[in-house]
Amino acid sequence: MTELTWLNELLAGNRIFTPQTIGYYWDGLVLTTQLVFLSLVAGLVLAIPLAIGRSSGRRWISLPIYVYTYVFRGTPLLIQLYIIYYGVVFFDGIQQTFLWPILREAFYPALIAFTLNTAAYTTEIFRGAIKATPRGEIEAARAYGMSQGLMMRRIVLPSAFRRALPAYGNEVIFMLHASAIASVVTLMDITGAARFVYARFYAPFEAFLFAAAIYLCLTFAILYFFRYLEKKLLAHLKPQSGN
Amino acid sequence: MIDLHGYGPRLLEGAGVTLQLAVLSLILALILGLLTASAKMSRNWLLHKVATLYTTVIRGVPDLVLMLLLFFGGQMALNVATDAIYDRFGVDWYINLNAFAAGVLTIGFIFGAYMGETFRGAFMAVEHGQIEAGKAYGMSPWLVFRRIRFPQMMRHALPGISNNWMVLLKTTALVSVIGLSDMVRVAAEASRATHEPFTFLIPVAVVYLLIASVSEWMFARLQKRYNVGFGGH
Amino acid sequence: MKKLLTVSLLGVALAAGTAQARDYDHVRFGVDVPYEPMEYRTPDGELTGFDIDLGNALCAEMGITCEWIEQEWDGIIPGLLARNYDAIMSSMTINDERRQTLLFSDPYITIPGAWFAPAGSDVEEINEETLAGKSIGVQRGTTFDSYVTDNYGRVANVSRYSTADDMVLDLQAQRLDLVFLEFIVGQATLLDNHSGEFEVVGEMVTEPEEYFGEGFGIAFRPRDEALAQRFNEALATLKEDGTYDEIYQRYFGEE
Repeated sequence: MTELTWLNELLAGNRIFTPQTIGYYWDGLVLTTQLVFLSLVAGLVLAIPLAIGRSSGRRWISLPIYVYTYVFRGTPLLIQLYIIYYGVVFFDGIQQTFLWPILREAFYPALIAFTLNTAAYTTEIFRGAIKATPRGEIEAARAYGMSQGLMMRRIVLPSAFRRALPAYGNEVIFMLHASAIASVVTLMDITGAARFVYARFYAPFEAFLFAAAIYLCLTFAILYFFRYLEKKLLAHLKPQSGN
Repeated sequence: MIDLHGYGPRLLEGAGVTLQLAVLSLILALILGLLTASAKMSRNWLLHKVATLYTTVIRGVPDLVLMLLLFFGGQMALNVATDAIYDRFGVDWYINLNAFAAGVLTIGFIFGAYMGETFRGAFMAVEHGQIEAGKAYGMSPWLVFRRIRFPQMMRHALPGISNNWMVLLKTTALVSVIGLSDMVRVAAEASRATHEPFTFLIPVAVVYLLIASVSEWMFARLQKRYNVGFGGH
Repeated sequence: MKKLLTVSLLGVALAAGTAQARDYDHVRFGVDVPYEPMEYRTPDGELTGFDIDLGNALCAEMGITCEWIEQEWDGIIPGLLARNYDAIMSSMTINDERRQTLLFSDPYITIPGAWFAPAGSDVEEINEETLAGKSIGVQRGTTFDSYVTDNYGRVANVSRYSTADDMVLDLQAQRLDLVFLEFIVGQATLLDNHSGEFEVVGEMVTEPEEYFGEGFGIAFRPRDEALAQRFNEALATLKEDGTYDEIYQRYFGEE
């Protein structure tokens, strides 16, 4: 990155945006993307079984899941992050266990907090979508003699995924924005890079507006990606005729 | 009870800060939201563009980044302005943005954009025939707004407002990062000093849950009031 | 024509600026607490430390009153420019980067930076090889941050903290291998408070001047030249009449 001559020329004479600071923003972009992507994937994997459990008629299954989603959706992510980041440190002897090399890095506590948080929101999104499955579809599946599991896999989940898509798109953007607090536990994500540049040059506008522009671009990219997905996957729901 | 190592009073104070901050920001956000919604629905081309830019940009950037920008940058901009006044006119006058005011302004400003979208959707959901009917009765535009558009709009807007309020409440935690002693900051400080993070952070989490539950209940009651005459909904 | 106008406007502005300099009879200091022993609170909440005592003595010498306003390091310079207080006396190193924004008094103390690690650390001297892959804690936006970032940022992981407290906690928790901060602050918070747990690694760092400047200074808004001058005179007097030495002894013992 620092070897690019055109970049050096472009930045010549600029006190703040040197190749070094641009490098920080770039590394920040990579870290933010990693954090958000990994926590979304892990959150999604967790959320599917949880959403099915949450829709279950058996209260001993659905109630604990409800408590989990209620707590994680009802409290600030910052507190969840603090609890995990500081909490793990004070378990006696954790520094000697095999987990420590992982928990020692700020990245993993942040990833765990983000994953648990997004899983809670995603669970509720899917639950809503599962609940909204048209009765006719279920009856048709039963009439075909499908088992409960098969029906879930073939009928309920695929149509629930489609219904959940717009809300899930919002959740992805929400997660991207929420990830900015990673900078609070020393991670140099996009916001972390901006805070570093601000503190070094006392240039709040340059430092934070640049970060804001990056987030804005990412937000639009996600928005258009989900619009595209919706168009493809929800095409059958549009009226056939007309525009 | 839990031993709070003497941090009890400060935590309580912090909870007060959180609540005040949240309520004041909500009021500001509601006002800004109404203005934005009106601007977006107005026929004035410029107003429409400005409002659209505002809602798009604010909703596309993380709260924390906006907060840092407005808190650190806002003060610097104010300084440039007041320094210019001092230089030109010799008037030694300045505005001092303390962390609390900055927090209220920032959170209000951010959620004004979300509220704007909520209100716009809600205004559009009011049946046009109702407004026509009001006009036919000879009501002035203001009376139409007060008696017909606003109450009906609120019925549609309440779920959205309630939703925004829940998010806003949690967003207040971020002010701890810009140095305001809300309950999250006090709890984090106490956890570090005593090495007992759970003792402080978990009660604070519970307070958030409590506030959320109480406001959920209040919104449900409000919804009932605005739904009068719409039994089925 | 336009240029001429700008120049003359600027001239007027500058003239107005110097002509209107304020006479202070009350000075508010911005300070980032805790930073033991430079500025910290005693258990019963009283603000104390070398900066505090020296600052108060300076004010007494000048015959003015002063007040201390707490401000986190991140926002300490904007806070000064915002006139939340009139000066910063908070272990601030004088350097060229800061001179672009601030006006400094004469240096009132010079304190080296030092590396601290948990006792028995495998790092025994400081260079690019020994620091490779290590996690180093610094306080965000300090000269120590700049120094470590520029010199070892490529080989080591630099973690930046808002307060010295957070940093010390992560060193105790073994999230960090080393921290780099003012020797006396590390001495007070790490060595004295946790005897035997931590040690100084390598040499004290006072060079290069680009980072460590001439020592600590009191920072003012650029237009308050007269105020800075009064502080410089008071500082010279205190150094002569022995008050400075007395305060120095109170916090740094031996010398």
